[in-house]
Amino acid sequence: MKLITHNMLSSKTIKGVVYGYPLIIRASQVLTKDVDFNPEFIQRMIPKLDWSALKFAAKCVGHEEDLPDEPPANMADEDVLKRIHHVVMEVDVVDGFLECPETKRQFPITNGIPNMLLNENDV
Amino acid sequence: MGKMTARRPEHQSPPDIFYNEEEAQKYTRNTRIMDVQSQCSVRALELLALPPDQPSILLDLGCGSGLSGEAITEQGHFWVGLDISQAMLDVALERSAEGDMLLSDLGHGVPFRPAMFDGAAQNSACRASAEEARTAAVRQHREQQRQADEQQRRRLLALWERQQTLVENRKREREQAARKSRGSRAVFQFYPESDQQVSLIVKQATKAGFTGGVVVDYPNSTKAKKLYLVLMCGGSAPLPQGLQDEGVPEAAYNRRLQLKKGVRTTAAIREKIRQKKERRMKQGKQVHRDSKYTGRPRSSRF
Ligand SMILES: C[S@@+](CC[C@H](N)C(=O)[O-])C[C@H]1O[C@@H](n2cnc3c(N)ncnc32)[C@H](O)[C@@H]1O
Repeated sequence: MKLITHNMLSSKTIKGVVYGYPLIIRASQVLTKDVDFNPEFIQRMIPKLDWSALKFAAKCVGHEEDLPDEPPANMADEDVLKRIHHVVMEVDVVDGFLECPETKRQFPITNGIPNMLLNENDV
Repeated sequence: MGKMTARRPEHQSPPDIFYNEEEAQKYTRNTRIMDVQSQCSVRALELLALPPDQPSILLDLGCGSGLSGEAITEQGHFWVGLDISQAMLDVALERSAEGDMLLSDLGHGVPFRPAMFDGAAQNSACRASAEEARTAAVRQHREQQRQADEQQRRRLLALWERQQTLVENRKREREQAARKSRGSRAVFQFYPESDQQVSLIVKQATKAGFTGGVVVDYPNSTKAKKLYLVLMCGGSAPLPQGLQDEGVPEAAYNRRLQLKKGVRTTAAIREKIRQKKERRMKQGKQVHRDSKYTGRPRSSRF
């Protein structure tokens, strides 16, 4: 799971959960994978990202230092775009859990794929 | 739209059971399945009508083995995929799919906050999940049937919520109106059970604030006929035309498949040879006469 995905993901599909956001990451294995840098894509994503959730996620997986505190004001600064690219696209949570902040329900992550399946009586 | 096409295999069991390892392997070995899958995805992308030369982020509903995702990646976009079948996702991992994937049941809604995606596409997973409820209902007792109805209702509601997500998207886009507003779209390829189901789905979508409708490709072919529900929000674009089948429909469909994938069947090769011979004859050159061996695969001894 990339942090760009985490930034969008919520557990609000669980019955009774209001926001379910951001999910807590309890990682046991985190890798970084090379992904082609596409500055235009990152520029387009920045306004959509929830920055505080991103900071939180980066902290959960030990990459907090890689990320500026605020979303960049200057979208042309390629260095900053690269740092953001690294955190949202290249950092990959391979193994661990996601945890619903409200119900504490855990969703296992295996081979980089979070299992978000719910029981019929959870929905 | 008269009678719907033959019963689909997913009728037999719910999607997570139907798409088991054996079925999933077909998405790496069976070229017919793979071609159809890629073909549908390319068409769905066409129908999404994304702004040209702009990398988008897309949601692949029922991303399965990652073939549909491959088509998205090839066009320079990033995708996040959902699927209910671990076996299918395992195939996607083997294939080193470039999108990010989640194991998740679409029938339970989409676990994302709104306004994130530029578009969404779904490849025939819709009917399979509706089917899950139905199969259960037929097989079991009354009590269970009631539960299944409830499940069905929730699934429709979930579909509606999914649409809401896109409606939110539209609002947000309007707020960010500085940029040229382009509506985001969702494309669902599906196999409806009845005409009523089609109109129900369209009615729901309209209620949720969408424009759009159903695009039918190859309407006269039992095999190639495909329905795409195209939902648009923001901006107003005409509904795209369905692809037409002139003359022999299966042939038109197969030809398109071959063109897209560069698949070379004996028939396609023969046709190429024939055209080439014709050209050369026109140029006054000598050509071999056609025989039953023309364009046929040869043994390595030849
Ligand atoms: C026709 S296959 C398409 C596969 C995929 N697009 C690919 O490229 O391999 C339909 C997929 O939808 C998935 N599916 C069916 N019902 C689903 C549901 N309720 N939730 C999530 N996925 C579902 C199946 O597991 C299957 O992988």
